[in-house]
Amino acid sequence: MPKPAEQKQIQQYPNLREIYIALIRNYPSYKKYQSDYETFVSQINRSDPKWLRDTRSRAATRFQELGFPTANHGNERWKYTSVAPIAHSIFKYKPSTDTDEINLDDIRHSTPHDKEWTKLVFADGCYRQDLSHIHQNGTTIVSLSSCLKDPESRILKTHLARYADFEGDGFTALNTAFLTDGAFIYVPDGIESTRPIHLVFLSTGQSQHTASYPRALIMTGRNSKLTIIESYVGLTDNPGLTNTVVEIAAGENSKIEHYRLLAESAESFHIGTTRVNLSRDSFFSSISISRGAKLARNDLNVILGAPGSGCTIKGLYITSDSQHIDNHIDIDHATPHTSSDQYFKGVLTDQSRAVFSGRVLMRKNAQKSNASQKDLNLLLSDKARVNTKPSMEIYADDVQAVHGATAGAVAEDALMYMRSRGIDKHTAMSLLVNGFTSEIIDEIKPAYLRGFVGKMFSAKGNINHI
Amino acid sequence: MVERRVISRTTTNLESDYKYGFYTDIDADMAPKGLNENIVKFISKKKNEPEWMLEWRLKAYRHWVKQGDQEPRWANVDFPHIDYQDIHYYAAPKSKGDAPKSLEEVDPDLVEAFNKLGIPLEEQKKMTGVAVDAVFDSVSVATTYQKKLEDAGIIFCSMSEAVLKHPSLMRKYLGSVVPYSDNFFATLNSAVFSDGSFVYIPPNTRCPIELMTYFRINAEDTGQFERTLIVADEGSYVSYLEGCTAPMRKSSQLHAAVVELVALDNAEIKYSTLQNWYPGDKEGKGGVYNFVTKRAKALGINSKISWTQVETGSAITWKYPSVILQGDNSTGEFYSVALVNNRQQADTGTKMTHIGKNTKSTVVAKGISAGHGNNTYRGAISILPSADNATNFTQCDSLLIGDQCGAHTVPYIEVRNSTARMEHEASTSKVSDDQLFYAMQRGISEEEAHYMIINGFCRGIFKELPFEFAMEAGQLMRVSLEGAVG
Repeated sequence: MPKPAEQKQIQQYPNLREIYIALIRNYPSYKKYQSDYETFVSQINRSDPKWLRDTRSRAATRFQELGFPTANHGNERWKYTSVAPIAHSIFKYKPSTDTDEINLDDIRHSTPHDKEWTKLVFADGCYRQDLSHIHQNGTTIVSLSSCLKDPESRILKTHLARYADFEGDGFTALNTAFLTDGAFIYVPDGIESTRPIHLVFLSTGQSQHTASYPRALIMTGRNSKLTIIESYVGLTDNPGLTNTVVEIAAGENSKIEHYRLLAESAESFHIGTTRVNLSRDSFFSSISISRGAKLARNDLNVILGAPGSGCTIKGLYITSDSQHIDNHIDIDHATPHTSSDQYFKGVLTDQSRAVFSGRVLMRKNAQKSNASQKDLNLLLSDKARVNTKPSMEIYADDVQAVHGATAGAVAEDALMYMRSRGIDKHTAMSLLVNGFTSEIIDEIKPAYLRGFVGKMFSAKGNINHI
Repeated sequence: MVERRVISRTTTNLESDYKYGFYTDIDADMAPKGLNENIVKFISKKKNEPEWMLEWRLKAYRHWVKQGDQEPRWANVDFPHIDYQDIHYYAAPKSKGDAPKSLEEVDPDLVEAFNKLGIPLEEQKKMTGVAVDAVFDSVSVATTYQKKLEDAGIIFCSMSEAVLKHPSLMRKYLGSVVPYSDNFFATLNSAVFSDGSFVYIPPNTRCPIELMTYFRINAEDTGQFERTLIVADEGSYVSYLEGCTAPMRKSSQLHAAVVELVALDNAEIKYSTLQNWYPGDKEGKGGVYNFVTKRAKALGINSKISWTQVETGSAITWKYPSVILQGDNSTGEFYSVALVNNRQQADTGTKMTHIGKNTKSTVVAKGISAGHGNNTYRGAISILPSADNATNFTQCDSLLIGDQCGAHTVPYIEVRNSTARMEHEASTSKVSDDQLFYAMQRGISEEEAHYMIINGFCRGIFKELPFEFAMEAGQLMRVSLEGAVG
């Protein structure tokens, strides 16, 4: 990232784009990413198919051109979130190996767990077979590393890096440059996968300032069903960067239930990019629960690419201390008869900051579509800060679109009502906050996950911040 | 009893729906095209401005040059690059000798031009109950009802007169709400503004009549840069109206105005705009680029600012009348109807900045898109940590007519105080088939039914307008929508 003075210079002479690129290339953090990439490529490259090597190298070049996003020049997508702390730190890429000591109990404590679930564990982005447990039920559940080496992996060649476009996004480009491992899930036609598949992405934090690039490709065939849970968990308090990309492609008339649990350590940075592409009559429902990370971004794009497709995107964020959590939801109604529903709730304490920016785009031919967008915020501290921007861009006339946002404190009269009945302030507050959050938590279907999230968010722990 | 009078104007150009497309052949005093320090000095000299005013202009000009030739592009509007060196920055109707001392000295052609617009300036024909400051190509040509206002101690005069006669007020308030460095267009305006209106309402005075400024662009290839400053002293009240038209020209015209309002303790300012600049033809050729900075400061306790706007004209509207709610218990209101048809583009909204305690703001914005028009509501509500018990209510509704237009809503909400209450809601839809059917099966034609429904949609805003304007606004909507429905 150039210094302020340099930035000013660049702003004044926007045609000096090339100088800007040269400047960022000379910046220590970018140099580090570049040298890490070169080392990484030299170690791993030979055995990989050509298309993968090409993709990586294009992505690496693109990252050097794009750099990290800034709010400058009217970049509305990053208006309220500065990634300067990431750009200014130096993270090193250090893939963990099977020999790294990870205690299974540690994982059990910090992630929801059910022995019925299929579990894939990734330590700093690398698959750990010893910690994983797979129930075979006709679904392809493998690590990317195991099938990428296969030169016959046509399906990966066509689909990997197809939904998450790295041409326009620095973080996705960086992730793609280091693409080597992750999860690949494919549900064949007609299979209803009843057991949830749990992807656990651990940030081991065994050394300071490590960067990891987890990746997942999830695909469903016709008339199939899938429940998928992503957990991002930090095991130590060491600061690190998790830059993840998940691509989801739903086949015709398939249903995907998606959960995303963010519980990284308090000092870490998390950039989560999820790109979803829906086919005819398919449905995607997602609930994201954000608790951890110092600076977190949940960047979710859904393309309603065929008539009859729909999605509901729900989310809950609870922020404390000086946390910054940004939910960016982008929904593209590209075809007629599509529907989308966004519903986010946030509880803010201490001097934390939450950002919600949702964008609904209804293209010209998206007639007979519905969209709704809501973001409700509860501010429990005077120093907390919320920025919400539920925006709509509508080019079709026969549609219905509504959006709403609120922000405010716990209702005084509700508190009064309870206190007048002898409930102390603390308990009354907890009850109200619990009531507020449970609307989202109760929607979580897998019981163990719901229980885990409920415990994590039990208002008691959070109310202590007030 | 106020005489009931609709500001209806005669049609002079039958070929188009735009009634005010005529232009008047008047000798104009023009600065050469282009912008440099000498032009700024030239404008200042033309107006016999004191040194401090010139300094301020030059400061603005230098700041503008520093920004480079890059107008802001973040708004959802699309226009070609403007060549700022291809514009006349000063055009004034040529006056014989010095400024006209009375109406008799005003060029008769000019009086006639305003008569055509329905704004008679002659003493015997004046509009009852409205004092008008007529601004022709950025120069104030006449102000009616001067005497009556003077008796009440109210200052209502052109900006150039105010600079000379009331320097202490000007130095105190000019640029206090919109500083010269505010944004690209405000900076440009600060450097080259030619005229505008200045209003000062003394303490505990209720302005007895409505004040009005009527803006008219006439000359070709000119930019219009006027500046309005209204100061309402403690306990005073004023209602101010603004109307505007321009002739039909093939090339686009730039209008970059600045409006500043200051309300002190217990004062109230009501500012209404009926914007009907030439919108360009059906293919989007010509029309006015309306890049306006309007901001009010509710400085004193219990002060109140109310913006009402009906935007039907302009090829491009880029305007965000905003309120800085600084005084405790101050109130800000924004009521807006923005209509786009053919190739018009509008990116408009408001900005409410809550600083004082118990401050309250209400935003009601209605957007109507027809033809190939694109309409964006962009509004920012920020509640700062000091604004205890601040409340905001925002509602924005969009109506789409036809499948080639766009309606967008981009609210920015920032809350930094836990005692704040902020609510935002918005909806977008088309005219409902049920309502249309209901009206039509009672024998109302489809077109008429559309007008009825649209009128109802805007009713809440129109009722905020002063009576004369409300009638006018209804008519205007109808004319602007011609050909879009039915």
